[in-house]
Amino acid sequence: MAEQNTITFIITRQDSPDSSPYKETFKIPYRKNMNVIAGLMEIQRNPVNANGEKTTPVKWEMSCLEEVCGACSMVINGYAQQSCATLIDELEQPIRLEPMSTFPVVRDLVVDRERMFDDLKRIKAWIPIDGTHDLGPGPRMDEQTRQWAYELSKCMTCGVCLEVCPNVNDKSEFMGPALLSLPRLYNAHPTGAMNKSERLDALLDDGGVSGCGNSQNCVQACPKGIPLTTSIAAMNRATMIQSFKNFFGSDTN
Amino acid sequence: MAEHREFFYRRLHSLLGVIPIGLFVVQHLIVNHFAVYGEEQFNTAANFMANLPFVLVLETFVIYLPILFHAVLGVYIVFVARNNAKRYGYLRNWLFLLQRVTGVITLIFIAWHVWETRVQVALGNVEVSFSLMEDILSNPFMVAFYIVGILSTTFHLANGLWGFAVSWGILQSPRSQKVITYGTLLVFVVISYIGIRTIVKFAYGI
Repeated sequence: MAEQNTITFIITRQDSPDSSPYKETFKIPYRKNMNVIAGLMEIQRNPVNANGEKTTPVKWEMSCLEEVCGACSMVINGYAQQSCATLIDELEQPIRLEPMSTFPVVRDLVVDRERMFDDLKRIKAWIPIDGTHDLGPGPRMDEQTRQWAYELSKCMTCGVCLEVCPNVNDKSEFMGPALLSLPRLYNAHPTGAMNKSERLDALLDDGGVSGCGNSQNCVQACPKGIPLTTSIAAMNRATMIQSFKNFFGSDTN
Repeated sequence: MAEHREFFYRRLHSLLGVIPIGLFVVQHLIVNHFAVYGEEQFNTAANFMANLPFVLVLETFVIYLPILFHAVLGVYIVFVARNNAKRYGYLRNWLFLLQRVTGVITLIFIAWHVWETRVQVALGNVEVSFSLMEDILSNPFMVAFYIVGILSTTFHLANGLWGFAVSWGILQSPRSQKVITYGTLLVFVVISYIGIRTIVKFAYGI
C-alpha cells in the first residue's frame, strides 16, 4: 500500500428525498489508518470531484464514532456496515458508498430510520416501572440469563440487519430482525416479564415474527455479533405458545 | 385469532407443507417405487391406491386443498422477497432463494403431472398403469422434466422441514439448526434416490 497516495470513492448521491440518485467520483489524498468517515470528512473539507469540478459536500450521519450509536451505517463496497468502524486499508478500491436501500433517503448517504423507532414502540421495547410511589428493588435476574441478555442489549438499531434481509422491503410489512430480538431481551428481564404477553401479541401482528423467511443474513451481518437467528427462533417458539394461550385460554401472562 | 391472520396463515402454510403434503409426497414416491420390482407389482399398487375407500374425499382433503393453499400463499411469499444471495452469498441465503425457485418449479411440475396423470384419468382418456408412465417417459424431454420436477420437489420438502422446525420454534440453538440442516440433506438424498430410481425404470426399463 506504500505506493498508493490517493483513494478513490464512488458515492451514490441524491439531492433530496424525491430526486433521482446519481454517482459521483472523488479522489482524496491517502493517509495511514483512515476510516471511511475520515475520507468523507476530507471530501467535506474540499468538495471537488474527480473531474476537478466544485460540487456540494457529501452528507452523511455520524455520532459516536465507536460503533455503538448506529447512525453512520451505509453500504460500503456492497456490504452494509458502519462507516466509523470500516478501515480504508482493509477495503478494495475504488470504494463504493451507497445509502442503505431499505430506508428512505434524506440526502446522499443520510437515511431516515424512523420505521425502526416506530416499531420499537409497537413491540414495547422498554420496561414500565413508572408509578406513584417507590416499589422497592425489583426481582433479581439469574446470572446465566444476564449473560445472554447482555449480548442482546448491544443492539443499536443501526438498521444493518434490515438492510441485508431479503424480506424487509417496500413490498412487505416485515419489521425486521432487530425488532424480533428486542422483545426477547425485555421478556428475559424479571420485571419486563410482567408484560411479556403484550410484547408477544405485538409480534403476532402483521409484519411481526411471521415475516421472517430464515435467510439468516442478519446474524452474519450484525456488527455487534448479536445471535439474531437464535432470538428469532426463541420468539417463534414464544409466539407459538402465546397464540395457543390466546386461542385456548390461559391464566398466566 | 382474527387480528393475527398473517401469523396464522403463515404457520398453517408451514404445517401443511409437512402434514399432509410432505407425508403424501413420501408415500407417493415409495408406492411408485413398486415399478422397480416389475410392471405387475406397480399396477397392483396403483390400483390399490386408486380404489381406496372415499378416494375423492381423501384426495381433496389430503392433497388438493392443502396443496392449493400452500401454492397460493407460497407464490405470494415468493413475490414479497427481494433476493440478494449474489451480494450476501451465505449458505442459508442461497437455500432461502432455492426454496423459492424450487417452489415455483414444483408448482409448474405438479400442475402438469396432475393434468397428465389424474385429470386425464378422470376424463376417461387414459388409465393409471405402468404403460402410461412408460409412454410419457419414452420422450427424453419428459424424462428431463420429471427428473427436474422430482429433484425440485424433494429439495423443497427437505429444506422445508428445516424451515418448519425453525418457524414453529422447535429448533432454537444454532447447534440444533446446524445438525438438522445435515439431517434434511440426508432426507433430500434418500427421497430423491427413491424418486429418480423409479423414473429410470420407466424410461430405460432397468
